[in-house]
Amino acid sequence: MSRLEATTPLFNGPNWDYGSLRQVYDAIERIAVDEIGLDVYPVQVEVITSEQMLDAYASVGLPLMYHHWSFGKRFAFHETLYRKGLQGLAYEIVINSNPCICYIMEENSMTMQTLVMAHAAFGHNHFFKNNYLFRQWTDANGILDYLSFARDYVAKCEERHGVEAVERVLDAAHALKDHGVNRYAHRTKPNLAEERRRAEEWQAHAEATYNDLWRTVPGTGRDKEDPDAAEARLQEIKRDLGLPEENLLYLIEKRAPRLEDWQRELVRIVRLIAQYFYPQKQTQMMNEGCATFVHYEIMRRLHDKGMITEGSMLEFLHSHSSVVFQPDFDDPRFSGLNPYALGFAMMSDIRRLCEEPTEEDRAWFPDIAGNGDGYGVLRHAWANYRDESFVLQYLSPAMIRKFRLFHVSDDSTKPALRVEAIHDDIGYRKIRTALSRQYDLSRREPDIQVVDVDLRGDRCLILAHYVHNGVLLAEKSCRAVMRHVAVLWGYSVKLLEIDAATDKTLKTYEVAQPG
Amino acid sequence: MNIVDRRPNPKGKSLSNRQRFLSRARAEVKSAVQNALRKRKVADVEHGEKVAIPMRGIVEPAFNHSRRTGRNEHVVPGNKEYVRGDEIPRPTGGEGQGGSQGSPDGSGEDAFEFTLSKDEFLDMFFEDLELPDLVKKSLRETFAVDLQRAGYTVSGSPANLSIRRTMRNSMARRISLRRPKQWEVEALRAALAEARARGDEGEVQRLTIDLERAEFRSKIIPYIDPIDVRYNRFERVPRPNTEAVMFCLMDVSGSMTEAMKDLAKRFFMLLHVFLVRRYRHVDVVFIRHTSTAEEVDEETFFYSRETGGTVVSTALEKMLEIARARYPTDRWNIYAAQASDGDNYGADSGRCVSLLGGEVLPLCQYFAYVEVGDGMGGSLTGLARDSDLWRAYSEVAPAHPHFAMRRVGDPSQIFSVFHELFSKGGVRA
Repeated sequence: MSRLEATTPLFNGPNWDYGSLRQVYDAIERIAVDEIGLDVYPVQVEVITSEQMLDAYASVGLPLMYHHWSFGKRFAFHETLYRKGLQGLAYEIVINSNPCICYIMEENSMTMQTLVMAHAAFGHNHFFKNNYLFRQWTDANGILDYLSFARDYVAKCEERHGVEAVERVLDAAHALKDHGVNRYAHRTKPNLAEERRRAEEWQAHAEATYNDLWRTVPGTGRDKEDPDAAEARLQEIKRDLGLPEENLLYLIEKRAPRLEDWQRELVRIVRLIAQYFYPQKQTQMMNEGCATFVHYEIMRRLHDKGMITEGSMLEFLHSHSSVVFQPDFDDPRFSGLNPYALGFAMMSDIRRLCEEPTEEDRAWFPDIAGNGDGYGVLRHAWANYRDESFVLQYLSPAMIRKFRLFHVSDDSTKPALRVEAIHDDIGYRKIRTALSRQYDLSRREPDIQVVDVDLRGDRCLILAHYVHNGVLLAEKSCRAVMRHVAVLWGYSVKLLEIDAATDKTLKTYEVAQPG
Repeated sequence: MNIVDRRPNPKGKSLSNRQRFLSRARAEVKSAVQNALRKRKVADVEHGEKVAIPMRGIVEPAFNHSRRTGRNEHVVPGNKEYVRGDEIPRPTGGEGQGGSQGSPDGSGEDAFEFTLSKDEFLDMFFEDLELPDLVKKSLRETFAVDLQRAGYTVSGSPANLSIRRTMRNSMARRISLRRPKQWEVEALRAALAEARARGDEGEVQRLTIDLERAEFRSKIIPYIDPIDVRYNRFERVPRPNTEAVMFCLMDVSGSMTEAMKDLAKRFFMLLHVFLVRRYRHVDVVFIRHTSTAEEVDEETFFYSRETGGTVVSTALEKMLEIARARYPTDRWNIYAAQASDGDNYGADSGRCVSLLGGEVLPLCQYFAYVEVGDGMGGSLTGLARDSDLWRAYSEVAPAHPHFAMRRVGDPSQIFSVFHELFSKGGVRA
């Protein structure tokens, strides 16, 4: 690019067209790749209307989704807020796929489109492609095909077995979707294309080889086995079950005695989609922080090069500052830590301490303070951390002071909350650890496992909730979920709340076999 | 990078999800709709409605930690005055507990609020209502046929000749086949004559050949060829009989109080809403009567006061007169609703019966008679004496399934009465 071009703004005024989108994209790409060193999937920008954006909201941000009433509920909810003006729409939605699909809304101004492309098409895109969790758990190449398979499969099931029967299974599976993920990578990396092929082949095979005669063949003389052998067999089966199992949907899909094949496949679909979202839940703050940091850097650089006008820059800053606004805890607008704010602040802070470290930074981050390669450190962090470990590693005292973070403990047995730590020398580490735990999904979500199945008796499925710090399950929702589990399992289900420290059973829930 | 414009994609992608959601929450939504109707002004009946429905039935439960047990730790921003060891009284709301505001997935909320579109709202309201005999009439509905322009055709009657299109084709053909223009031939002729006069043999010979060629081409390439001819094409589209007229008949004599009129008004408006749902075009005719009947506008109908006796048959006659003059039954579905306090001039009731049974009812799709009470609800208990008109109409009712009569005492009964009147199968008094 010649100097002359570089000093001419890429666009003027709020209107956008395809030509300027492309031009801006190219300019952003040069900065992102050459200057910040990002590594991204190819991008597909899709222009959509606000109504389509609401659609996308409803189907959890995915471009295609099977039909389910809960998505309609979400749509109705967001639509009401939007129409009332209580809630603006996101400027973009980005999908972790290859090519990376990035939705932009038609009513955005050109400045906003620029911001959106920098944010989503480069920030999120880089994170998706490089973060270890996404690499390990999601299959960006296959997701769109798999979703389209899922949608068709569900539709086919509805045709065959009726909407209600399908809904029953999906409702139940949805209730367990937080407990349908593998947390440890002991299974192979998912390959969704393979998945889809497998499901289709299996169905075709079952149909081709169906023979009603098998139903009438009398059982092999298992009943006559002697009790010891029976006991041994039982133990073997139990071992096969792989208990305890924390992936409830997996166990149900593989072992639920009364599910039909199509029902298992539905459970599997919910499970795989839940697994696809598992990394996003663990990296929300980093992901948004990365995208926000990237768009800020890119916009700043575009402005420095004279490629966007002062007016655009002001428009951008206005929108940026509202995105990274963090209300205080006593503000009516407060609803937890804003992931954009914290992520962006921490990442800007990392760059600062790499380039202009203070004495304190040198003491806290001897390995990176003043090494001068802020982008390098950030790229490393983006690739190898999740929210919990990122906070634990990189939350600096400067940040704790900036946000004036403090740590309160809420012990239900005491009448008042207690401030455990504030932003002072004694408090920094405590706050850092506590905040990191707050982002730890395994602490945020109840620790529930399948511990036993009564194979000889009534086939009762026994779940255990390991209670940490005395925090029990919310009773109403627990009962409702239990009913769903019973629907899938087909027999009665029991849940024990067991104190993880003392092994004492605190509470028991039981649901009878569904009629 | 690729840019794809998804805007032209079909709309309403989540429509089917929405329908599923509504049917899931049907019971809740319906009762919310009924409640809303009871509260709102009838004039707004046709708008969409924001409904809040209880979460039961549409919760998506998940295993959640209870907020009220055990020991929870929070890190929150914005410390102003606290130091380590301070005690803070336990907040009542979600403060300090992170994002427990109303969200569709949250567990804390007890009502879920969203907006029904106008159509959905009315569908819910009218769900199990159906005007009697509607089916019968709807079979006859497609009788009328409309002609609709549908492009051009190569055959047709001369009356439908499309001159513009024909000439355009002709011109295109003449230009493409290079038919000499009239003035070109004339020019050649003139040049030839001139050459002859000059005695320029070579020129004469050349021009003669040119002229002959030109005249030959003019002859074999016609000015208008049959293949140029185009006719306007019309398609016959069955026109559903989508027009309905609603006659509102009301007694406005002194005995009708404002409250009674208000009741009657609500009934008329509901009927109107119902008809608007069914038909593309609904005319409303307001006929008020004392001892004489006249057609008036809506304002006068409801709000002006008249004095005089009460002769109901005048209104029926007026209605017949208007219907015959303006609303032939082959094009219009006629509905009528009459509201009265039941008073009538004694000798007139017989005439009413014969008019109604003999002429009015055969004309109508539906005739509803609502007797509005004084708000004491006395007549509803059956203790009050039947009014003149009620007794008279009762004679007609058994023979005509599409005639219905009801009594209404106060506004809260309007909806249930309406519901009954138009419920499937047509309940009769």
